[in-house]
Amino acid sequence: MSERTLMTPEDIQRALVRVAHEIVERNKGARDLVLVGMQTRGVPIAKRLAATISDIEGINVPVGSLDISLYRDDLSSLSLKPTVHRTDIPVDVTNKQIVLVDDVFYTGRSIRAAMDALIDLGRPQSIQLAVLVDRGHRELPIRADYVGKNTPTSKNEEIKVEIKEVDGADKVVIVTPDKGADNESD
Amino acid sequence: MRAIEVSSGTGTPDMLPPPSMAAWKHGHVLDLDDFTREEIELVLETADAMAEVLTREVKRVPTLRGKTVVTLFYEPSTRTRASFELAAKNLSADTVSIDASKSSVVKGESLTDSLRTIQALGADIIVMRHSQSGAPYLAVHEVNSSIINAGDGWHAHPSQALLDLYTIRRNLGKLEKLKIAIVGDIMHSRVARSDMWGMTAMGAKLVLCGPSTLLPRGLNGFIENCRLSNVSVENEIEPALDNADVVMLLRLQIERQQSGLLPSLREYIDKYQLTPQRLSLAKPHALVMHPGPINEGIEVSPEIAHGAQSVIEEQVANGVAIRMALLYLIAGGRSK
Repeated sequence: MSERTLMTPEDIQRALVRVAHEIVERNKGARDLVLVGMQTRGVPIAKRLAATISDIEGINVPVGSLDISLYRDDLSSLSLKPTVHRTDIPVDVTNKQIVLVDDVFYTGRSIRAAMDALIDLGRPQSIQLAVLVDRGHRELPIRADYVGKNTPTSKNEEIKVEIKEVDGADKVVIVTPDKGADNESD
Repeated sequence: MRAIEVSSGTGTPDMLPPPSMAAWKHGHVLDLDDFTREEIELVLETADAMAEVLTREVKRVPTLRGKTVVTLFYEPSTRTRASFELAAKNLSADTVSIDASKSSVVKGESLTDSLRTIQALGADIIVMRHSQSGAPYLAVHEVNSSIINAGDGWHAHPSQALLDLYTIRRNLGKLEKLKIAIVGDIMHSRVARSDMWGMTAMGAKLVLCGPSTLLPRGLNGFIENCRLSNVSVENEIEPALDNADVVMLLRLQIERQQSGLLPSLREYIDKYQLTPQRLSLAKPHALVMHPGPINEGIEVSPEIAHGAQSVIEEQVANGVAIRMALLYLIAGGRSK
């Protein structure tokens, strides 16, 4: 098994600043903007984006956290069900521009679940998607609006994102199994 | 809303690491005597997430779509049954409720036959209440469905005990080292028994209080054998209430008087009713709880049952969140 660094702390920082600017540009400001981080690592990423946007625009951007465990499409096939965390979105999402924030964008299934969860809370004006890493291999017709880094991967590789607030340090690494290793781990 | 914040967030109030699903080992929920502290923490944290769903305008998530939950009740019940059914519906499960007094049981069908029939109909989870202690333990051996004990005889009522723990933690922020007095007919109370396991597992100090005729025989020996050093017994209510954080009252079943366990109802009211004067012995913001249904004017005076310190109605509301958590946690996972 070999590990390769994909993003250093500085890379992550620069990517998030760029994404924050893109969000402001696309939405022509930050009015009606709500950032919603997906548990677990999407939440601190959303908070950092919101802080940067607040600096740029001089207004406070609300941040919520969303848990998708209750909306997953694979609950009955998992041997270990996910631990359910509390969803906490401090404002009514109706008529807001919601930016969903996640660390790794892969099959798109968790984003599907997140959209269902958000729509159960109200009727947002729009839902956009910001991710730190897009590794490809979509299984649903979903795309990201803002991407920190595009990284083509093979399905048997693993992307590991560490975020200071959760893991003690910032980094993104790609883990490649040795040749001949089990390809079914996906 | 303020109360919700007490137990939300990543850390638990007792500063343990947040519980994870890996702690969960149960395929059935029969009693709390085999629950670890971490498992109880996981139920309470999961219930907290479910409580958020209950604040929504549309209180429904798709989690248990395609699962069937059957409630099989051999004893009357209002809140427990309604609460389990609402919980199952909020999680999008299909529900079937069987009232044994109106089913084939009256034609002589045995418990085993009823259970097998329900399994054949496709029940993933059977929530059962039975007047015989141990009936759900029999059920586990008869069917493959997951069993939740919704009360068996005098033995256990685990979902009630969990909602009691949840209600206390939401209001007081923790359970560890709290003094909890349970007052009344301990002998016939499955709630008191399950509360005892749950509260001691969470590090609370428990005082069981009642006239000696309404305490289980051999209670002191049992406490000693199980090394329940946090449990004590009192015959008088005053020392039990002294400096208590929580006062839990039990329903006095009036028919006990006919069976000779009570000299007179008047004497019980005199010596054990929770009155404002007695409640003042407890801590100033002590919680007053009751598993219901209440006999107002017997175990508790009406002004206290509906007073500022009473969380009796909140217990009922929290019951739905706790039961959603239990259904989520046992659905799918099965240990045999």
